[in-house]
Amino acid sequence: MKPAPFAYHRPASLEEAFDALARYGPDARILAGGQSLVPALNMRLAQPTAVVDINRVPGLDGIRLAPEGLVIGALARQQVVLRSPLVARHAPLIAQAMPHISHLALRTRGTVGGSLALADPAAELPACAVALEAVIRLARRGSAREVAAARFFRGIYTTAIEPGEILTALVIPPATAGWRSHFSELARRHGDYALVALAAHCRVEGGVIAEARLVLAGVGVTPVRAARCEAAVAGRRPDDAMAEAGRALDADLDPPVDVHASAALRRHLARVLVGRALAAIVEAR
Amino acid sequence: MDAGEAIDITVTVNGVACRRRVDARQSLVDFLREDLELTGSHVGCEHGVCGACTVRVDGVLARGCLMLAAQCDGSAVETIEGVAASGTIADLQAAFAVANALQCGYCTPAMLLTADALLREDPGLGADEIRRGLSGNYCRCTGYHAIVEAVLATARSRREARGG
Repeated sequence: MKPAPFAYHRPASLEEAFDALARYGPDARILAGGQSLVPALNMRLAQPTAVVDINRVPGLDGIRLAPEGLVIGALARQQVVLRSPLVARHAPLIAQAMPHISHLALRTRGTVGGSLALADPAAELPACAVALEAVIRLARRGSAREVAAARFFRGIYTTAIEPGEILTALVIPPATAGWRSHFSELARRHGDYALVALAAHCRVEGGVIAEARLVLAGVGVTPVRAARCEAAVAGRRPDDAMAEAGRALDADLDPPVDVHASAALRRHLARVLVGRALAAIVEAR
Repeated sequence: MDAGEAIDITVTVNGVACRRRVDARQSLVDFLREDLELTGSHVGCEHGVCGACTVRVDGVLARGCLMLAAQCDGSAVETIEGVAASGTIADLQAAFAVANALQCGYCTPAMLLTADALLREDPGLGADEIRRGLSGNYCRCTGYHAIVEAVLATARSRREARGG
């Protein structure tokens, strides 16, 4: 189980990376943390003509607070994010989600940008990005653009990234008063991809969920925002809302059936997670 | 393997600088085992799931099957051979022997390196944290209970040594 031959490039700047992408076109693959790409290479599920290793591109791994929010560089390692006081303070949803991502020896290499660009439907960070209404920064030679997380994830392993573009950062808008986060996940074993995961970000007023953003992973081809369920819980106490919220959630979801779980089990687990999350969010502090 | 693109690298392995020409697609663990004959890092699943290839790269744990040797140009890699020789995990190794925490031994080098990293991250960790922390390292002899016991004993003795 060894990769097919490929050319290896290690650009020292974004410009050199754009050059390599331009030279090889869509047959090039960007190597960031490599914790999903390298397995795909080893199993020859991916056989790129060139691998463009962006790990030595400077300036892509920072975590900093800016006027537009918390900026997490694409090359920020998941374990660094897990330990970051800035993330804990300004994006607690992401801090809570990080321990669910795989294992220590993979988080040390795995990157935030890699998780987002891969867009695995059961992954944690895409769901968090959608729940936080975050923005994803993309760059190409001579220009850059921002894409709202809700429009970034297009399908299984499919994103808004166009050929020649590189994902450079995730920007989480500044936290505002009253918003609380709760991340929860159910998997067969710790570190496995989620059967169902929930990124919940809600505004609480006097024990009532004033506004809810409920985004689930593992139940569709992209992170799924449970809009009907959000509407059903808005303005109510979780205890009063759960029966109706559960029915609304059922209408929001069309979960996949696979070797890991039936659709019915995923629906059940999603209801369990929503109930737990809303109770925890209202009871917090 | 058919020859692919050749890459010249300089990598410090267990404190010794090595210059080698590697195939671009060669994994770090294959480089360690085949080119440097450091066979303590094992090749199990080759897709990051079993954990048997775990080594340290620039001081942090990494899967040797999920890094290319070419990526390690300029890096410092530590394998079980170097870490064991350093004496820094002698207490953990002794605890594994006492607890009978190895049977076939295939997973043991990576178990030791992972357990040591967990103990450094959180010296106060308990059995639940150890089980969770080692969940990315498979023991197909299924000797997990003894492994957790050994790590727990080391956590206790390291705390006592510090007067904790």
